Amino acid sequence: MTLATTDTDEAFRAEVAQWMQTHLVGRFACLRHRGGPGDEDAYPALRKAWEQLLAAGRWTCIGWPRAHGGRELSVARQIIFHEEYARAGGPGRMGHLGETLLGPTLIAHGSAEQQRRFLPGIVAGTDYWCQGYSEPGAGSDLANVQTRARLDADTGEWVIDGQKVWTSLAQDSQWIFVLARCEAGSRGHSGLVFLLVALDQPGVEVRPIRQITGTCEFNEVFFDGARTPAAHAVGAPGEGWKVAMALLGFERGLSWIDQQMHFEHQLALVCDAARATGADQVPALRARIGHAALGLKVMHYNTLRTMSAQLSGELSREAYINKHYWSHWHRDLGKLAMDVLGLEGDILLDDFSRTRLQQIFLFSRSDTIVAGTSEIQLNIIAERALGMPKEPRPAR
Amino acid sequence: MSGYVDFSLSADQRMIRDAAADFLAAQSPSGAVRQAMESERGFDPALWTRMGVEMGWCALPIAEACGGLALSWVEVALLLEQMGRRLVCSPYFATVCLAATALQESGNATACAAWLPRIADGTLRATLAFGETGIGWDPARVTAIARRTDSGFVLEGSFRHVPDGAQAEVLLVPALLDQSPALFAVPAGTPGLRATEHRGMDLTRRTAEVVLPEVQLPPEALVAEGGRAATALQRTEALAAIALAAEQLGGAQQCLDLTLAYVAERVQFGRTLASFQAVKHRCAEMMVRIESTRSAVTGAARAASEADVTTAELLLEAACAKSFASDAFFFCAQEAIQLHGGVGFTWEYDPQLYFKRAQAGTQWLGTPDLLRERAAAALLGDAQHLSCTP
Repeated sequence: MTLATTDTDEAFRAEVAQWMQTHLVGRFACLRHRGGPGDEDAYPALRKAWEQLLAAGRWTCIGWPRAHGGRELSVARQIIFHEEYARAGGPGRMGHLGETLLGPTLIAHGSAEQQRRFLPGIVAGTDYWCQGYSEPGAGSDLANVQTRARLDADTGEWVIDGQKVWTSLAQDSQWIFVLARCEAGSRGHSGLVFLLVALDQPGVEVRPIRQITGTCEFNEVFFDGARTPAAHAVGAPGEGWKVAMALLGFERGLSWIDQQMHFEHQLALVCDAARATGADQVPALRARIGHAALGLKVMHYNTLRTMSAQLSGELSREAYINKHYWSHWHRDLGKLAMDVLGLEGDILLDDFSRTRLQQIFLFSRSDTIVAGTSEIQLNIIAERALGMPKEPRPAR
Repeated sequence: MSGYVDFSLSADQRMIRDAAADFLAAQSPSGAVRQAMESERGFDPALWTRMGVEMGWCALPIAEACGGLALSWVEVALLLEQMGRRLVCSPYFATVCLAATALQESGNATACAAWLPRIADGTLRATLAFGETGIGWDPARVTAIARRTDSGFVLEGSFRHVPDGAQAEVLLVPALLDQSPALFAVPAGTPGLRATEHRGMDLTRRTAEVVLPEVQLPPEALVAEGGRAATALQRTEALAAIALAAEQLGGAQQCLDLTLAYVAERVQFGRTLASFQAVKHRCAEMMVRIESTRSAVTGAARAASEADVTTAELLLEAACAKSFASDAFFFCAQEAIQLHGGVGFTWEYDPQLYFKRAQAGTQWLGTPDLLRERAAAALLGDAQHLSCTP
């Protein structure tokens, strides 16, 4: 496999661009550049309808194997799809957790029955998933799972008690994948189970968390005797950590391309604002704009390095730095956006081109916290990439 | 440029990198660097000969027709990274990255045939008299003047910072000819030419002030003129900046490696320094900057190797690689001194050597601030600040 594109790939690019141009119109036109982190509360119902339109055009799960409803497109074509989708202003995908995380995990580790039961709804854009990993008090210590699951011998069901937090899009999903402790007395990575749980049942309550932005896209999810069939455990009970980690591995590569296209659009918005306010004439701000542009280029090259290494089966050092790199880049962009707006930046207007910049400023504060804080990222780099000694940890 | 770039290295590229790493680890350890930098000429002629003649490194980017290996900037960057790691004192950068590049970019077959074969076989040292300021080469800032005479040209000018200017056997010199940029090849023995070496803070790379008081040049001294010369020099600046960025990447990596070795050994408060989170995080920050620089340099070197890369693209790639590399190198050298503690401040330990090389390189072939301005101008679609004085 290669990252290089061919002439027919370029024809494919035109096909994607054309499809987007024809379909992201009419009632969907308002979705351009909407959704995604920081803007997930934008038009959820309409974005679900958009997902189904995408599915009808066979543009969901394009990298998945054909046997599971995908198109098995090459990496180069997947990159092209992501680029053209974002270039056209395609809205943040409501189905991305199912498509990029759960689906690949089920394809790799799920039973044939689980694959038959769950994959078609993801491909069709009808079933939406959220991720039940983090817990209150655990923070970046992901293995500190307190949520319990026990197998009820009478009903053959898992019974779940506990709480998850920072669950993106739970309010718009029907399903959650939950990491729960199934062996009493077990600690850390062992004794966990990876469960697929329906959100719409009496034992589950979803409470939105109002964030720094004033909006709610993260949630708390409470489980009080919630149930799911025994067959909805992915992998062997007790080995949930392995499944959970495999899933995080899928988070790399293509989703970064998508993210970078959004970042590029956001940088363009900052440039527009700079022209409008005259900040484009201020040398110190110009230097920061230039730094942001070059930094984005580097982010793209980081991704190409990681993907090249993955394709050639190498373990690459830069893979360790990507999270730290993009989260800090984005946080700096948010601050730059506000400094470009000046005093006007404080005023809330109904103009989305303004709101978007304010969203970036506020929401990017979470970028250096979610999915492993920057401090945890630096520990990982120091310990795993540089081989420095582990922090001494007190016995629990 | 088209298509996606596969960043994996080929087996041949890995071989060049590893051979260079092994050779330089053996031939240019700290003791040898210190000996060379304190010597009168500032480099070790025996090592220079081995690099050029035995290893064939001078031939790397030179066309086969001129006795070279015609390899790409990817290979050049891999080699320069290893040279930067070891702070090799040699006229390689001036000869190959500056002078040979300017000759090749000029497209002048006669001038190439006259000089490149001897550069390629490692027997001729050369340099290019530009990069006077942090902004790199700017047609508007050429101050040397040439005029035509019956027997060729008369050239007059002076250049304050010419890398290896006192050691070069031929100097490529930009000057204004008929009010437009031109490039001349001036042999070091040309009557009147004076090259005076500076006493530099960075002892690992010598620079000289070169003065040309109305020197007489034969007709064949003219390498390029007009738009051709301007473009050649602009592309040379960009390519050399990418090479310098690769060298800085190697320097930054070595600062981290030296620091990791030191903090793993040094015990304080009953544990190694490496076990303190405050120290680990600083080392990890170094790696974030180094690996992002490695991506920037790799991307730029791949782009520079594409046949159809435009001058504007090349300048932007150079801005990306050089601004990241200069900042990363300085940051890592500064951190190396801090994390070595008291000994980091001494002459005896190596961080100071890297620190000085880092500072000197930052000011050369585009400072990070000016390169960021170049990127801003490209993005904002204006260029009114592009030629601001540093």
